[in-house]
Amino acid sequence: MAVITYRDALNQALREEMQRDDRVFLIGEEVGVYQGAYKVSKGLLQEFGEMRVVDTPITELGFAGVGVGAAMVGLRPIVEFMTWNFAVLALDQVLNSASKMLYMSGGQYNVPIVFRGPNGAALQLSAQHSQAFESWLAHVPGLKVVTPGTPYDAKGLLKSAIRDDNPVCFLEGEMLYNTKGEVPDEEYLVPIGVAELKREGDHCSIITNGKMALVAMQVADQLAKEGIRVDVVDLRTVRPMDFEAIRTSVQKTNRAVVLEEGWEIAGIGAQVVDFIQRECFDHLDAPVLRVHQADVPMPYAKNLERAAKPDVPKTIAAVKKVMYLE
Amino acid sequence: MATKKKESGSAGTQTSDPSTNGKSNPDLDRELLRSMLLQRRFEERCAEAYALGKIGGFCHLYIGQEAVSTGTLSILRPDDYVITTYRDHGQALARGMSPRNVMAELFGRADGVVRGKGGSMHLFDRNVNFLGGHGIVGAHVPLATGVGFAIKYRGGDQVCICFMGESVVNTGAFHEALNMAGLWKLPVVYVIENNRYGMGTALERASAIHDIYERGASYNMPRAQCDGQDVFAVREATQEAVDRARRDQIPTLLEVRTYRFMGHSMSDAVSGTYRTKAELDEYMKRDPIMLLRMHMLEHGELTDEELQRLDAELKALVQDAWDFADKSPEPPLESLYEDVYVDTTSDSTNQAIAAD
Repeated sequence: MAVITYRDALNQALREEMQRDDRVFLIGEEVGVYQGAYKVSKGLLQEFGEMRVVDTPITELGFAGVGVGAAMVGLRPIVEFMTWNFAVLALDQVLNSASKMLYMSGGQYNVPIVFRGPNGAALQLSAQHSQAFESWLAHVPGLKVVTPGTPYDAKGLLKSAIRDDNPVCFLEGEMLYNTKGEVPDEEYLVPIGVAELKREGDHCSIITNGKMALVAMQVADQLAKEGIRVDVVDLRTVRPMDFEAIRTSVQKTNRAVVLEEGWEIAGIGAQVVDFIQRECFDHLDAPVLRVHQADVPMPYAKNLERAAKPDVPKTIAAVKKVMYLE
Repeated sequence: MATKKKESGSAGTQTSDPSTNGKSNPDLDRELLRSMLLQRRFEERCAEAYALGKIGGFCHLYIGQEAVSTGTLSILRPDDYVITTYRDHGQALARGMSPRNVMAELFGRADGVVRGKGGSMHLFDRNVNFLGGHGIVGAHVPLATGVGFAIKYRGGDQVCICFMGESVVNTGAFHEALNMAGLWKLPVVYVIENNRYGMGTALERASAIHDIYERGASYNMPRAQCDGQDVFAVREATQEAVDRARRDQIPTLLEVRTYRFMGHSMSDAVSGTYRTKAELDEYMKRDPIMLLRMHMLEHGELTDEELQRLDAELKALVQDAWDFADKSPEPPLESLYEDVYVDTTSDSTNQAIAAD
């Protein structure tokens, strides 16, 4: 099995799916001539030409809508946002057009489209370039929301997203693009809506998604040295959410910490905790704790940014607290 | 790049004789009259049904603008595409959607065109490539650009007509969508139905320029303006734009000057705060149906008796639609959770989509 970057895993998924289906095209800012703001689309213009790798003006609302319209009449667009922060300008097309079209049309017009791009914080990009949008998007019926944390998941889930006949929001991470992992040489898909147990333990469950899966795995490795064994449940998809995976883990460990990149209020973790208190109430030995971004816009200064982000020490502290070790 | 201003189109001051290029075509004229009169009779009953509580929510009537829907859509082929706003009843009927299923939708019934999921603002019909009734002002304009993109992508010769009110030209979506259509040369005809008011705000109070077809200059796009009360003028301008789109894949911005005889929706007064009764009366002198009827009477294409017969037939057709809608059951409760997602992937839908 080859070890490749998350970026190259995405690139492989795009290339393979564009080779497989000529209705699939990529549209967005700098995806063609520039080869992608983060080089995810490197080489695609040369291979597929400018009708299928479409550079747009800076016009998020417009090109997201172009994607939706093209999808309604049979194409399968992949709309790249340079970051999900810019996609806020296009949310009308994601929420009001793409997510509702099938329902509003009484089942006549589905919208097979992927909206993708980096999500959440990188390093010192401050308030307007550091937001995590999974909870905003996961709120909306009609959308699927996918947040892969590893190269393997990134490739397998992007291929599934492109083949899905529904609108899929695909949240990548700028800090993930250079991370490496094993990716099979042969073709594979990762199904949307299925979590993965990325570390196995019986003392506590860490339920997480997206790039926080990497944090959770580091937490698991560090705690193992102290003899604390944790389950890491990587949701991978936050809508639909794999509630059975959460149930199975929490019923085994009887303790849970929910780790997410975004803010606390109405976050993904709130939904996970809601499920746990309803379905695993009798199994709990401690209140469920959440680790998340501080409830502030992301600051620029290194020390302030570090203080605002969820990280390994904060998560370790939460695990120890639910285990009554501190 | 052709820039063309066909006529001032300031309704209320124009001659009431529609242009016909000197040609008389009684069969066509009867079809046009039938289409326009059907919309009028249908919507008069919508107003009644709304008052009776049979239609709920928002309901935006098209009365006064029928020459625009009929004039433009009578130019299209069945495989062309149509997309529009929430003021969509007239275009739906002009495109050939069933009055029965449209009325059932307005009544919120199981036999509605979208099974009671959309109502007045969201009429869709795949059988006639009617891509919806959209409720966010301006949001459907990029969708039309996307349809044009798909046509070009597949190498087809279809055309997409995108209807919008004049207030749309001030949205960002309009600018973004037309810029890309002009840049990429897509086969879309953007039809601005300038009925002079975005809800209660007059064009002059909302747009820095008043000849809004001139906005096309910003997008290197051919543009024209025509009288929207004259169905022949609308047809002529549309034909030119559609030919250009079909033949050369060049988009057009077409401003059609019209006027709505009803309020913005069923929940506001026909006149009062933002326009005067006198203004409304003046515009109603150029009722598009009356103008066509007078033309046909003058040219001996239609007798009074024939007109009475047609009117009676259409009233019966609308009554039939009403009765059908009234008898249609409410949507089954289990349909609440249907059509949120499709449970297919590209493997299983290849054929259906390829045949689209």
